[in-house]
Amino acid sequence: MTNPSPEPLLSLFNVNTFYGQAQVHFDLSITVARGHIVCLLGGNASGKSTTMKIILGLVKPRSGEVTFDGASLIGLTTPQIVRRGIASVPEARRLFADMSVRENILMGAFVRNDREAVALDLDRMLTLFPKLGQRLSQRAGSLSGGEQQMVAMARALMSRPRMIVMDEPTMGLSPLYVDRVLELIRSINQAGVSVFMVEQNASLALEIAHEAYVLQTGRIVLSGPARALKDDPRVRDAYLGGSEAA
Amino acid sequence: MAEQHAPMLSLRGLTRRFGGLTAVDAIDLDLGKGELVSIIGPNGAGKTTLFNLVTGLDRPDDGAVRFEGQDITGLSPERLAAEGIARTFQLGRVFGNLSVMDNVLIGAHTRLRAVKPTVPVIGPLLELGLALLRPASVRAEEERLREEVKAILARFGERLLPRIDQPAYSLSYANRRRVEIARALALRPRLLLLDEPTAGMNPTETAEMQGLVAELKAEGLTILLIEHKLEMVMRLSDRVIVMDEGKKIAEGPGEEVRGDPKVIEAYLGHGLSGTTEQESAA
Amino acid sequence: MSSWLDYTINGLIVGNVYALVAVGLALIFGVSRLINFAQGSIYLVGAYIGWVAVVRLHTPLPLTIIVVAAAAAMVGLIIERFGLRPLQNSVRIAPLLATIGISFVLDQLVMLTFSPNPRALPSQLPDVRFQLGGGTIGPLDLLIAGVGLTSALLLFVFLRYTKLGWAVRATAQDRDAAMQMGVDVNRVNQAVFGIAAALGGVSGMLVGMYYNQIDTAMSLQATLKGVVAEVVGGAGNVPGAVIGSLLLGLVESYGVAVFGTSYRNLFAFLLLVVVLVLRPSGLFASARQAPPEPLTGTFIAPSRPVRIPRWALLVAAAAFAVLPFFPVSSYVLQTLINAWLLGMLALSLTLVAGTMGQVSLGHAALLAIGAYTSALLSLTLAVPVGLAVIGGGLMSAALGTLLISPSFRLRGHYVSIATLAIGEIVSLVILNWESVTRGPIGISGIPPLSLFGYDLISPFSVYWFSFAVMLVLALLQGRLLGSHLGRSFRAIRDDDIAARAYGLSLNRYKSLAFIFGGFAAGVSGGIAAHLYSYINHETFNTQQSILALTVVILGGLGNVVGAIVGSVALVGLPELFRIAAEYRILIYGIVLLLLVRFRPQGLLGTI
Repeated sequence: MTNPSPEPLLSLFNVNTFYGQAQVHFDLSITVARGHIVCLLGGNASGKSTTMKIILGLVKPRSGEVTFDGASLIGLTTPQIVRRGIASVPEARRLFADMSVRENILMGAFVRNDREAVALDLDRMLTLFPKLGQRLSQRAGSLSGGEQQMVAMARALMSRPRMIVMDEPTMGLSPLYVDRVLELIRSINQAGVSVFMVEQNASLALEIAHEAYVLQTGRIVLSGPARALKDDPRVRDAYLGGSEAA
Repeated sequence: MAEQHAPMLSLRGLTRRFGGLTAVDAIDLDLGKGELVSIIGPNGAGKTTLFNLVTGLDRPDDGAVRFEGQDITGLSPERLAAEGIARTFQLGRVFGNLSVMDNVLIGAHTRLRAVKPTVPVIGPLLELGLALLRPASVRAEEERLREEVKAILARFGERLLPRIDQPAYSLSYANRRRVEIARALALRPRLLLLDEPTAGMNPTETAEMQGLVAELKAEGLTILLIEHKLEMVMRLSDRVIVMDEGKKIAEGPGEEVRGDPKVIEAYLGHGLSGTTEQESAA
Repeated sequence: MSSWLDYTINGLIVGNVYALVAVGLALIFGVSRLINFAQGSIYLVGAYIGWVAVVRLHTPLPLTIIVVAAAAAMVGLIIERFGLRPLQNSVRIAPLLATIGISFVLDQLVMLTFSPNPRALPSQLPDVRFQLGGGTIGPLDLLIAGVGLTSALLLFVFLRYTKLGWAVRATAQDRDAAMQMGVDVNRVNQAVFGIAAALGGVSGMLVGMYYNQIDTAMSLQATLKGVVAEVVGGAGNVPGAVIGSLLLGLVESYGVAVFGTSYRNLFAFLLLVVVLVLRPSGLFASARQAPPEPLTGTFIAPSRPVRIPRWALLVAAAAFAVLPFFPVSSYVLQTLINAWLLGMLALSLTLVAGTMGQVSLGHAALLAIGAYTSALLSLTLAVPVGLAVIGGGLMSAALGTLLISPSFRLRGHYVSIATLAIGEIVSLVILNWESVTRGPIGISGIPPLSLFGYDLISPFSVYWFSFAVMLVLALLQGRLLGSHLGRSFRAIRDDDIAARAYGLSLNRYKSLAFIFGGFAAGVSGGIAAHLYSYINHETFNTQQSILALTVVILGGLGNVVGAIVGSVALVGLPELFRIAAEYRILIYGIVLLLLVRFRPQGLLGTI
């Protein structure tokens, strides 16, 4: 399917997921190569967000395998998975609204015990997200959507992850912030962090991703290098769910 | 679009804010009798919030809703159901422990007459008494509704009829969506709001649902539809309204809207050319 | 000792004690969205551990406090680990029922270990009073204030400056997001239960010293007061809980100053009901966000009821009907009469809690209303007993529904709190309204059951009468469930938002459920009054409410046959195994816990 660059950092293989009786994923297989940005595209209720939850251990698949850096993630709790080096930027940011911006960012370093290095990383975040400097003691819930997204990304980076998973990082943001977020994802990736993002916003995601998968009602209907998919009319068809692309 | 009569449903400047976010931003909308209008737009555009405002589950901060000429802004959902507005829910809200039959019968609740005399004050007590005594009129009404429910379920072919006595929680996702629509039809609605009726359905099931909605439209039902599957929207809708970030960004016949660059942008993603004036609002 | 300053000081000191309980409740609610009904039991345990330390071990005061805090914290950890953690993935009603069960088990264990008689708990402090303005203050007052302030300070430091404290706050605000930061939610729960229990235990000990008396009735009172304070401050809001507690202490103290001691609790519960009705999310709640869309059926587990063939039910009913013709002892008949009376209460509760989803914890109040009405009608107005019992049922239906109606807009745990408080209010009104209820003396000389002029005194006639009444109520309820009302009630229980969208008025249908259920419970209470011939404000207590709840869970929520089977089982089996009376409530508590854990749908399944 995708170009077989180095051994994959993350792989999902033949994952089947159910909510009660309803099947959400049908033999879902996805790989994220080291150092790559991979995006998962799809419309509402296609099973995108559930894929995120599977990786993070928030939802257990009924069958299939999920491996990270060669070791299985199945059966691990979310905190254990986070300690393996996966950080997340959840859908709609999910900041700790009543905690300060500083506390939110530092919560990202919860799994770390090296206080001095954490303090240095906090400074690094403030150079990366200069706007947050003036807002450190403000309640996170009082920030605008775009600022919250910055906090969420800073928070995710604070654990020094090997991979970040993001759920619709551009959702509900104004165009200027969208650009900024995309730039940031690129620079995070260039610093060596692999990125797996779930997006509805196909054109943007394909702009920065290395590979992409298109999910339709729980099945991968299209996948390949982002460059190739960008101009593929099937993306639009499959994704908007109209034609019987499957 | 110019109707001679007052439209069935009309929204004016409808607005709902949650904290700093304006989920529905000054929406105007007119829906004529027998029309099918679709609302499309990306996730988080405010479509479901709009439905909640129309059906009384949420109150607008601003603006008005009129239904058949009368102001229904802020009325309770119970009242609006009695007025003939029925809806389905995005995530599928069936009554899990009720059988398929009972779920759909709840839809007919506002049509109960024999067992629910409209007497002030002691009406509820009479209802209790009649439910226990069950005179012939009550039994006949119940029987008639049960037959009607079967007829409604028959519209879904063999999907629901064989499962009529099963609890709803045991149904597949697609079947729960069907139960919801059956429940809405049992209300004999004058206005039907469908919130993503085909979400989570495969292409065959989607085609079936599309057929059903087309039938309902042909029967003269007025329908407001939220749907992501554009193909279906194009085939069914008289008009399409596109929402993004709480605002109406386009309105018109399906093909026209589909070609609108603003719509493609909203749907497939704000290209990098986006307008920047919203920055301060974000 | 009657100046306003004294009452203010007293109010603040009592408020401090409440705060120690309420802060724990708020922490637990924040992290797990659970109202811990066992908090008062930990407070009770703390008081008794304090007694052991002071009286038996003669520990010095600082050591006493440390011992109590540590031991209570252990209890809290055990509750979390074995009582609640296994229920993490079950429906929301499960942990609620579990904490109720745990509270009964703990209370009974304390009672069995130390006997129910009150004990003196000396304060270990010199008995002097300092003049302060127009009032006086003693060293114990200062100690309580000191412990309160120190705890608040320690808690503040913990939440604000420690990693675990941050984890607690993060979990309270967004559990999933906290997990994604690597927070181990189980550890957070442990920490919170440990802290809550330590504070609760110390609070119990201080109160024991304050009044120089401890007894097992303290538990329920503490839970109620703590919950009132917490809800007033806003569930899950820690500073709010402190302010709510002080406010509650002052309201009570001033209330006592004006109206007298016996009104203390009445003010507390009225405050609760007022807050629940006017500001259900507390005095300090921030503006609400968009209402979340809950998935359906998450409060009550989905299940398929066991179908019992009609002939089997007929055979069983016939067998019980002809039982007195066989040579059975009057002891067996007496036991079954108790089962039928409990069965009527359980029918009522299974309708309200099971079919309608309003888990009422004050159901015994409906018994009391029926019993007092029937007794007074027959005694003072010479109404024939048969009619008086029906009058009791009607009064219970009307008054019960009226009293409970403010809670119709509440959901889940809040309904349980409100009904618990309303139950207490009823009992307090009975105690205080002497001109009608004869107050603490109670009503004696209630005429025996009679029907059409014939006294029903023999065990046979009482057996048949109560069995017949229960059977009629059960048949009516079965008929109700088969009508459009049955499905309407269940629809509201499963998803009240969808139900409203289809025209079902919550007020109307909750009222009808309580009217029907209130009638059954009132009739049960009325019959009981004439059987006992003496009743007072304690005849129908919370233990009966909990027993009925256990029966309902055992039989299966909403299940009519289940309610009767459950009643026979819970009344009959302990008799069969000759279990001593004092162990029974312990066993009911354990049964409740086991059911919640292993068979939440009960024997015959939810309907």
